Amino acid sequence: MVNFLESFLRVAQHAEAGYHPVLPGLILLLPLVGFVINGLGAFLWRDNKRVPSVVGPLAIIGAFAIVVANFLAMQGAMPHEPAIVSLWTWMAVGDLSIGVDLQFDQLSILMMLVVTGVSAVIHVYSIGYMRADPGYSRYFAYLNLFVFFMLILVMGANFPIMFVGWEGVGLCSYLLIGFWYENREFASAGKKAFIVNRIGDFGFLVAMLLIFTHFGTLNFVEVFAAAPEALVFGGGVATLTTLLLFLGATGKSAQIPLYVWLPDAMAGPTPVSALIHAATMVTAGVYMVARSGVLFAMAPVSQAIVAAVGAGTALFAATIATQQYDIKKVLAYSTVSQLGYMFLAVGIGAFTAGIFHLMTHAFFKALLFLGSGAVIHAMHEAYHQVHRHDDPNDMRNHGGLKNLMPITWVTMWIGTVAIAGIFPFAGFFSKDEIIWSAGSYGYVVLWVVSIITAILTAAYMTRLMVLTFHGENRSGADAKPHIREVSAVMWVPLAILAVLSLVGGWLQIPEALPVLPAVDALHHWLEPVMEPARHVMMEHGFHQAHEAPLGGGEAAWAIISTVLALFVVILTFRALVHRRYSPAAESEAPTGIAGVLYNKWYVDELYDRVIIRPLLAMWRGCWRIVDDGIIDGSLNALASGTRMVGWVGSLFQTGRVAGYMFWFVSGVVLILALLLL
Amino acid sequence: MDIETYTLILSALLFAIGTAGVLLRRNAIIMFMCIELMLNAVNLTLVVFSRSLGIEAQVFVFFVMAVAAAEAAVGLAIIIAIFRHYELVDVDRFNLLKW
Amino acid sequence: MIADFFFVLFAVMAIGGATAMVFARNPLASLLYLVMAFFALSGIFVLLDAHFIAAVNLIVYAGAILVLFLFVIMLLNLGRTEKTDLRGPLYRVIGIVVAGTFFGLLIVMLRGGHATSMAGGMGQATIDAMLESQGAVGIVAEPMFRSYLVPFEITSLLLLVAIVGAIVLARRKAP
Repeated sequence: MVNFLESFLRVAQHAEAGYHPVLPGLILLLPLVGFVINGLGAFLWRDNKRVPSVVGPLAIIGAFAIVVANFLAMQGAMPHEPAIVSLWTWMAVGDLSIGVDLQFDQLSILMMLVVTGVSAVIHVYSIGYMRADPGYSRYFAYLNLFVFFMLILVMGANFPIMFVGWEGVGLCSYLLIGFWYENREFASAGKKAFIVNRIGDFGFLVAMLLIFTHFGTLNFVEVFAAAPEALVFGGGVATLTTLLLFLGATGKSAQIPLYVWLPDAMAGPTPVSALIHAATMVTAGVYMVARSGVLFAMAPVSQAIVAAVGAGTALFAATIATQQYDIKKVLAYSTVSQLGYMFLAVGIGAFTAGIFHLMTHAFFKALLFLGSGAVIHAMHEAYHQVHRHDDPNDMRNHGGLKNLMPITWVTMWIGTVAIAGIFPFAGFFSKDEIIWSAGSYGYVVLWVVSIITAILTAAYMTRLMVLTFHGENRSGADAKPHIREVSAVMWVPLAILAVLSLVGGWLQIPEALPVLPAVDALHHWLEPVMEPARHVMMEHGFHQAHEAPLGGGEAAWAIISTVLALFVVILTFRALVHRRYSPAAESEAPTGIAGVLYNKWYVDELYDRVIIRPLLAMWRGCWRIVDDGIIDGSLNALASGTRMVGWVGSLFQTGRVAGYMFWFVSGVVLILALLLL
Repeated sequence: MDIETYTLILSALLFAIGTAGVLLRRNAIIMFMCIELMLNAVNLTLVVFSRSLGIEAQVFVFFVMAVAAAEAAVGLAIIIAIFRHYELVDVDRFNLLKW
Repeated sequence: MIADFFFVLFAVMAIGGATAMVFARNPLASLLYLVMAFFALSGIFVLLDAHFIAAVNLIVYAGAILVLFLFVIMLLNLGRTEKTDLRGPLYRVIGIVVAGTFFGLLIVMLRGGHATSMAGGMGQATIDAMLESQGAVGIVAEPMFRSYLVPFEITSLLLLVAIVGAIVLARRKAP
């Protein structure tokens, strides 16, 4: 036990001098302890809300503080090699040795900052949001456990450890989506998430097997160092491995074809949606692709597929978002769409741009989710007061909330503007870099798709704001007086995230823009990690132009995109703000093209018809034919056969001595005959 | 051929006759007597072989007779006991061992 | 010569007695035929120079055991019925076939040389010498009381058990 604790404080490193990880084990230990305490609390002192309120957020804030300390230490030293902390050897079998190793480099520190920082904010917010819920302790236990696993994922120094975190966050996602498990649909949503994720996990696992067979090791440092030599550029092994890894990423990060779980995951509490399904877990796939950048750089076919899938998903999800009425569903599809942007970026080789967007997206998407959570919370309270059971999520029941919830209104507008990519908010810089990369690297189709998606993004987000906060209130005269702004413990996190949504993009200001000072912080920061992949790409003929396909340099297109976004916002606002909507109970579902988008292009139905029903039929067949028929049947036949033999044998038991004598003598004769003849 | 071979043929024949008797008759006591015949045929074989395999075979014969005596006593006692119940010794009627 | 004549005589007596025993109707007649067969067998024992065994056969086997059978037959008053207790024609055929097969196999065994010891036998002279030195009883008694003393004692125990068993089994139950 003491050795165990000691190992948490021990440091074994590969860097020569400079950066030493500060209290590495404690970063993981704090959320884990939080989980244990809150978990016990869920059983032992169920009604005590004080302990989880303190322990839950505090564990994460503590972890965040340590990560910041590490960040500052690393900033001072700027190491070129990752610092590996080996905790203990997990398994050593034959040629394979997997250790519980943590990797501290610029990329993982950045991810850790985002994870712990945004988690801390959301934990504080949850104190207010989940106040009335009986499963309070359980909620914080699961949330802490999630942070623990997510940190393992980003801190892992080899594929298996990352996979442990990968699976763990999947588990926590299932637990939290189905948090209100008594509702059957919510529980089913949790199952759907887990099962769809599993399909992706299969890809990850097979990829790991391939990597081990080919490289003989699973450690990141060793694999990525050996990759340019050990793999054939564009060869089968490289392509297959990276495609399988990407399959895992599509599952975890909700891209086509495995995105279907994310909209259903909105069944969970809103802070969960904010944390897991916006800021952190779903970005794991992007992180994984970025981390394995060298491998992807060696397989241009895979890169093309990643970028294409990303762009396609971005556009596809954006179209669906324009017709959704559930506020969380809009945001869910928006997340899928923005994740598509990130994959587009890492697919074409603009790894830093992808990570940049990951970071800014975490800020403004968490903000938007938490804001929508505030709205839902307020609506729910109001309906509760007047004993109505209308859907608090449905935007058709909202309207005109800007006067009733001013802080939420303002912060959500900040988030909207950020996601639309309007200068000087965070989204502008990150999204613009992606669009510019697509154009300047020469991918015309991807460039056009990303611009169209940006237009759609601005449109549906404005629609969301108009429906929720502007126009007339549709909640009903009885409920309206009860709608009020949320408590400080909930709007302070909103404010924090709003500030981050504003300044978060200023880490990376391109030189080409006029007037502004050039800031290259992020590129510079991530350079040691991304350099090997860039090197491979350069060697194989990568070239960045200085003009977009339609002409015009970086500055020109930056200005065009921001003006375009602003234009779309204003147009949409004016078009929709005076429209009359009915409350959800009185509305009909949209028809025609709008209907197709509203019904998510009927993808779930398609999957059901093409995949699930045949599988169910096959399983039912297996059950009836194989299990009942063949297996049970053969056992039963065996039993009745034995009974038959017994019955035949019983015919010999006549009780007649003469008969016995006869058989006896005949037997002797037979044996004698056999012996002699 | 010499006397030993003929004697062996004789004993085989007697043994076969004894077997036939056991299979053919219903009276328990007669069956028993046929079994005694079979035993004696075996004794004959043993005596023949005592001339070549060792004189101990005759000791064996002696023991066979002793055991046959014991067995006859007990067997007949059983038959008497059964007779008391059935009033006859027809083995076809002794079918209480039926399943 | 004479030996051969007597052998044939005794053999015919034995076979005849045995066959008659199997097919006789009256149990008493069966028994007496068997006694005759045993007499013949004793004669053959003598021809094989097993004098002691021949005597014991007559005294114990024919004289005690078969007499016991006689007592039981008479006690149970058998043999008064008209019906024979021989089985029907089918069973006769089966019985004779089985017994015939048995006999045939035994002969095959004989011919096939499974009786390996025929060649290496003691010669007549050796046997005569043994008879001369130890006497007819001696040649059986010597191994019995030397090497096979324990089986001898156990046999006496067996006889005791048989006596007790017979008494227990045959007595009338107390009313």
